[in-house]
Amino acid sequence: MAFTLGFHIVLVPFGVALTTLMLIANYRGLRHGDRTALLLARRWSKVAAVLFAVGAVSGTVLTFELGILWPRLMGTYGPAFGFPFAIEGLFFFLEAIFVSIYIYGWDRLPPWAHFWSGVPVSLSGIGGAASVVAANSWMNQPGGITLRDGKVVAVRPAEVFFNGAFWYETAHMLLAAYIVAGFTVAGVYAAGLLRKRRDGYHRTGFLIGFSVAAVAIPVQIFVGDLIARRVFDKEPRKFAAIELLPRTDTHVQETLGGILLDGRVRYGLGIPDGASLLAGFRPSTRISGLNAIPAAERPDDAVVSVVHLAFDVMVGTAFLLLGLALWFAWLYWRRREVPANRWFLRCAAVSGVVSVVSLESGWVVTEVGRQPWTVVGLLLTRDAVTTQGNLWPFFSAALAIYAAVAVAALLVLRSMQRRWRESGDETVGVPYGPREPSDQPRTPEGRT
Amino acid sequence: MTDVIAALMFAGVIAYAVLGGADFGAGLWDLTAGGAERGRRPRHLIDVSIGPLWEANHTWLIYCLVFLWTGFPRAFAAITTTLYVPLGLAALGIVVRGSGFAFRKVSLRTPEQRLYGAAFAVSSVVTPYCFGTVAGAIASGRVPSRGNGNAITSWNNPTSVLGGVLAVLVCSYLAAVYLTDAARRTGEEDMRLYYRDRALLAAGVTGAVTVGGIFVLHSDAARLFHRLSHRGLPLLIIAGLCGVAGVFLLVTGTATRAVRGLRATAAAAVAAVVCGWGVAQYPFLLGTHLTLDEAASPRPTLWVLIAVAIAAGALILPSLILLFGLFDRSRLDSSPSPEAGGAH
Repeated sequence: MAFTLGFHIVLVPFGVALTTLMLIANYRGLRHGDRTALLLARRWSKVAAVLFAVGAVSGTVLTFELGILWPRLMGTYGPAFGFPFAIEGLFFFLEAIFVSIYIYGWDRLPPWAHFWSGVPVSLSGIGGAASVVAANSWMNQPGGITLRDGKVVAVRPAEVFFNGAFWYETAHMLLAAYIVAGFTVAGVYAAGLLRKRRDGYHRTGFLIGFSVAAVAIPVQIFVGDLIARRVFDKEPRKFAAIELLPRTDTHVQETLGGILLDGRVRYGLGIPDGASLLAGFRPSTRISGLNAIPAAERPDDAVVSVVHLAFDVMVGTAFLLLGLALWFAWLYWRRREVPANRWFLRCAAVSGVVSVVSLESGWVVTEVGRQPWTVVGLLLTRDAVTTQGNLWPFFSAALAIYAAVAVAALLVLRSMQRRWRESGDETVGVPYGPREPSDQPRTPEGRT
Repeated sequence: MTDVIAALMFAGVIAYAVLGGADFGAGLWDLTAGGAERGRRPRHLIDVSIGPLWEANHTWLIYCLVFLWTGFPRAFAAITTTLYVPLGLAALGIVVRGSGFAFRKVSLRTPEQRLYGAAFAVSSVVTPYCFGTVAGAIASGRVPSRGNGNAITSWNNPTSVLGGVLAVLVCSYLAAVYLTDAARRTGEEDMRLYYRDRALLAAGVTGAVTVGGIFVLHSDAARLFHRLSHRGLPLLIIAGLCGVAGVFLLVTGTATRAVRGLRATAAAAVAAVVCGWGVAQYPFLLGTHLTLDEAASPRPTLWVLIAVAIAAGALILPSLILLFGLFDRSRLDSSPSPEAGGAH
């Protein structure tokens, strides 16, 4: 389950944000008669289509898995937090419809009508992501329900949806989506620029992707800082794990790196009073440690270490990306054009991967940081998981198939890229002939 | 109120059976279309006809699942803990199928297309079969209210197998009918005849299996048989009539004469069968031991679901009509070949 979620979450930025980049390019193309931008929009729409298909099916598997692997969670709390998924389904439906209209509408619909058919895609991507985050954040800060004898007897939907963690988790996820999509797209064109392809096509592609990400990253760091303090207030257990703090204390040091072994912090780099200052702006701020958690509910040392390291990676990569954005601003300010500095372009080329690492580690912090709870304070993970024992064959099969799909998706995208580079031709026929294709895309024959 | 939710959910099941089913069936015909050269044109027609639509059609499944777990969480947990094998297989099938189709569309080399095409086609058969067995298991009361029913026999029994086989057949019939109509609109007379023959074949086999299935149900699931043959009878008669009308239209329809009713009769036949299942089971959600009322969520949750359904009616139905309308008027170009542009 964690694996499929981890897989699916990488696709989210592309469903949510790549479509926005595509619309920006489309808008630019129509507004300024920029053919290059239109070509970019068209190609991005094809990439979005492939990733949307993969996202749609991996998302479907998640809906199955929720039932197959977590029957108690859904059986007991389905009434409470199931409905955000219903709302998500609504957005997803809209997205699927308009994605089709947009992708297949090139050349057939009037240009501006076509542009507007892409807008619901972007908006419903945002709405859908917010709905899923609503369900997820409810598991972190559950509220809005009345329990009697272990059964949900009353639900206050607004309180469930707009739970304590909803707004900031949503903001965080959406910003992350724009950052990942922006840097990934920029990275692809940065690689092209490095190979001396300094044409308008690569420059425009790079600029659109990079600017979106560069605007989002400082906002993200600001939001992330707010969130850390909210977690300190509302989810002290998670905060203790994030800060790798065995005992409740004041004047807590900020530990960079390091792990928890036998209840003691090892190998970390400590900054005196750092954590206390960050959490409450005063060195005397008291932070609740792991020892405040009843022994039966305390996460293992390994879990705590994972959460802490993931947090460090998330923050560390975010600052690296911020640095890259500032570097870009400096270079651009001096020359007023896309930088040709090779070291900058090299860094930009890998920024997509770095942002994905950041996204995944953020996901680890929020999901693993909740352990041993599935729904904090209400349902332990070991009680939520299925009682069917023989799931391993399934799980292995799922792993294998996901790996195959991921590899195939990458190969397909690569071959699309190669084809675009070589021929610049937009038409791809649907040939099923036995011959190896020539440079010309073939078309079905024998039409009457 | 519970009934309203159940009806809304069931509407999703019908929509998925009719729209998604046709897409699955297309996969079966893709599988049997023959080698790369011979199968080129039938496959091309499949690509063009389901390309822009399958994702929207697929979404009905998510709609049904979400309504089931939010509206009737106990039943959802019972179904998933009992039928995790066919559901897991169906889920894997959906992944392989969707990615296979999407990848084939954008790959150029024949070996790659073969691989992705085969993945798409095989899973198009496995998935509806699994869903059919799940329906059979639920209908014949093999899912206990508390869940954790038998992992093997719950879906490997006469009724489930019948459900699975019927699901595959019905999908193939629907798809062949839709493809016949699609070929008529693109003016490919030979393709129209190609799929017409397959539609007739599928109709014949489906009819025969249905008649045989009556005996299977009689011996394996007596209560279901009883309810189907009483309360559900009118619907089954409608389904039969639609089936016969469909065959009549297939035989008499020509390329020049628009056969608008063809798709409608096929869809109505399938919808009537699925409705028959629902009516026969009502007011129970699982077999004859867990009623809809017992399984339902608290009222506020149900209200939210109704609100979602209303929003869906206001937002999604017009969008769907727009999508299908654009598609019917060939404003969505799923075949980038220059010839296909003017060929209709």
